[in-house]
Amino acid sequence: MTELTESLLRGLGTGSVYALLALGFVIIYKATRVISFAQPAFMLAGVVAVTYLAPAVGFWAAVPLAAVLTGLLALGVERTAVRPMVGRPAFVVAIITLGVDVAVRVVVNAFIGLDVRHVGDPWELRTLALGPVEMQQRHLAAVVAAALLVGGLFAFFRFTRMGLAMRAAALDQEAALAHGVSVGAVFAVSWALAGGLAAVAGTFAAAGASVDAALWLIALTALPVIILGGLDSLPGAVVGGLAVGVLQELTATYANDVAWLGGNVSVITPYVLMLVVLLVRPYGLFGTREVERV
Amino acid sequence: MRTSRPRGRPLLRTSYAEDLALLDTPAKRVSTAVLLVAALALPFLLADDLLQLLAVGCVAAIGAIGLGLVTGYAGQVSLGHAFFLGIGAYTAAALSGDPDGRVIGLGVTDIALWLPAAGLVAAAAGVLVAPLATRLRGLYLAIVTLGLVFIGQHVFNEWSALTGGAGVGRPAATLEFLGRPLATTDATATRDQKLFWLMLALLVVFAVAARNLARSRIGRAFTAIRDRDIAAGVIGVNLPRYKTVAFAVSSFYAGCAGALLYTVTGFFDPGSFSLLLSVQYIAMVLIGGAGTISGAIAGAFFITLLPRLTRELQAWVPFISTQPNEVPNVFQVETILYGVLIIVFLIFEPRGLFGLWVRARNYWKAWPFSY
Repeated sequence: MTELTESLLRGLGTGSVYALLALGFVIIYKATRVISFAQPAFMLAGVVAVTYLAPAVGFWAAVPLAAVLTGLLALGVERTAVRPMVGRPAFVVAIITLGVDVAVRVVVNAFIGLDVRHVGDPWELRTLALGPVEMQQRHLAAVVAAALLVGGLFAFFRFTRMGLAMRAAALDQEAALAHGVSVGAVFAVSWALAGGLAAVAGTFAAAGASVDAALWLIALTALPVIILGGLDSLPGAVVGGLAVGVLQELTATYANDVAWLGGNVSVITPYVLMLVVLLVRPYGLFGTREVERV
Repeated sequence: MRTSRPRGRPLLRTSYAEDLALLDTPAKRVSTAVLLVAALALPFLLADDLLQLLAVGCVAAIGAIGLGLVTGYAGQVSLGHAFFLGIGAYTAAALSGDPDGRVIGLGVTDIALWLPAAGLVAAAAGVLVAPLATRLRGLYLAIVTLGLVFIGQHVFNEWSALTGGAGVGRPAATLEFLGRPLATTDATATRDQKLFWLMLALLVVFAVAARNLARSRIGRAFTAIRDRDIAAGVIGVNLPRYKTVAFAVSSFYAGCAGALLYTVTGFFDPGSFSLLLSVQYIAMVLIGGAGTISGAIAGAFFITLLPRLTRELQAWVPFISTQPNEVPNVFQVETILYGVLIIVFLIFEPRGLFGLWVRARNYWKAWPFSY
C-alpha cells in the first residue's frame, strides 16, 4: 500500500511536468492549429539557461529569467520560421517546427557539452515524510508550481483582455480579426507562453538529476498527453498530464514483475496508451470533435 | 496505338496513353538515357569510398520513394519511417543470418528471398498501422507514427536475441544470389563498384515501379486523397482502402531499403532506428520535392552526401572542427543543416530540388524572354 501511494505521488510529480509541457502544446495548437514539434528544443534551452543562470543569480531568480529568455526564443522562432507560413497546410508548419527542433537542439547540446550540469534546485533528492509514506520534495514542488501556473493561466485566459483575445482567436480567427483582435499578437503571445512553460517544466524535470541531451524525450511524452486530453482542451492537458504521469510511475513500479516486457517499459507506456485512446476515442477525453463540411 | 506527334509541340497530346506516358518527350527520353549511362560509368571514374556512399544513396532513395508515396502522393504524414526501415532490416538480417550465431539466424542467404520477405513483413506492419491512419488525419497521424518509432526502438533495444542488444548490434543480411556472393572484390571489379551497380539496378527497378504506380488508378486515388480527402471520398475513392494501400506500399519500400541499407556497412545496432532517421527521410522527401519520384531520389542523394559535403566544407570554413569533442564540429553542422534546409526549402521553395529544376527549365524554355 505504501509502495502504491508512493508511486502515485511520484506520478503526480512527473505528471505535473507533463501537464505544463502539454499546456504549451495546446496553447500553440489553439492559436495556430499547429502542433509545435519545437517544444522539446525550447524545454532543453530553458533548462540549460537555468543551469547557466542559477550559479549567478540563484535558483529562484534563474527560473523566471530562463522562462522569459525561452519565451523570447520561441517568439523569435515564431516570427522568422512560422509566421511566413500562415495559411499553409498545418502539417507543413509542423514539419518546419520539427526542423527548428533539430537545429535548436544541436546548438543547445553544444552548451551542455561534456560537463555535468545541474539546475541548482534546493530540493535535490530529499524526501518529505507524510506518515508512513515518503514523497520527494522535488515532486511536491513540481505539483505546487504546476498548480500555481495553471491557476495563473486560467485567470489570464478568463480575466485579461489578451486572454479574451486569445480565446476569441481560437474560436474563430477571421471573426476575431474582424472585431479588431490582433491575431499576430495572439500568435506571438501563444508561442512565448509555450516557451516559458516548457522552460519551467524542463527545470522541474531536471531537478534532483543532471541535465543531459536525452532530456528532450520527456517533452515528447507531452504528445501522448495532448492526444489523451484532446488537442484543443486546456483542462484536458492538465488531466491528461497527471494521468500519464501516474500511469508511467505505476508501470515503472510494477512492470518489473513482467519479465518479457523488458526494462524501461515505462518510457513507452504513454505511447501505447495513446494508440489505445486513438482507437477508442480519436479526439481524446475533452477534445472537440472535428466537423467535416463538404 | 502510338500516333506520331508533330515536332516542336511537346504539350500536344492526342490520346490518354500519350498523356500517361512515362517519358513523354524526346528530351526526357534522351536525358534519362544519358543519366543512366553516366551512372553506370561512375564506378570507373570515382574512388571506392565515394562509390560506397553513392550505393547508400541509392538505397536511401528507395526508402525515400516509399515515404514519398505515402507523404508526397497520398498526403499522409508519416514520422514512422524509421520503424518500418528497422522491421525490414531485422527481417532480412534474421533470415540470412548464421543459424549457429549469437543472434537469431535462419541461414536463407539468397537476396531473392530475403529482400521480398523484408518488404512483405514491413508491409504487413504497415497494414496493421493503417486502421489508425484511416481514422485519423494530418497531425494526429504524425503523432501516432512518431509514437511507433519510440515503441519500435524499445522493442529493438530489448529483443537482444534478434537485434544483438543496444550498443552491440548484429551483422546485416548477406548479399548472395543463387549461391554466388554479389559484392566481393575480385579480378574484374572491387566490392564497392559491384555494390554501386547492384544498388543502382535495384533503385531503377523500384523507381520505375513507383512511377508506374503513381500514374495508375491507385496513384490518381492517392493524389485525390492528398488534395482533398472529403472530395475524393465523394467522387468514389474508397478512402480506407487506398490509405491502407499507401501505407502498405510505403512500408514495403521502407522494408526493402532497410534490408539493403546495412549490407553496405555490414553491421548495425538498434540505436540506428531513432526519430532522427525518420527526420532524415522526411528531409529527403521535402528537400527533393514532395509528390515526385525524381525529387525523392534527388533528395535522398543530397541528404546522403550532406555529411561528406560538410566535411569538404570544413576545408573552407576553418572554425568548424572535425573532432567530435570540440564546438562547433562537423557532426553538429550536419544536423543543424538537416533542420535549417527543411525550413528554408519549405518556406522558399516548397517544391524542393525538383521545383528548382522546374524553375530553371521554364526559364530556358522562354529564354531570352522573361515569361
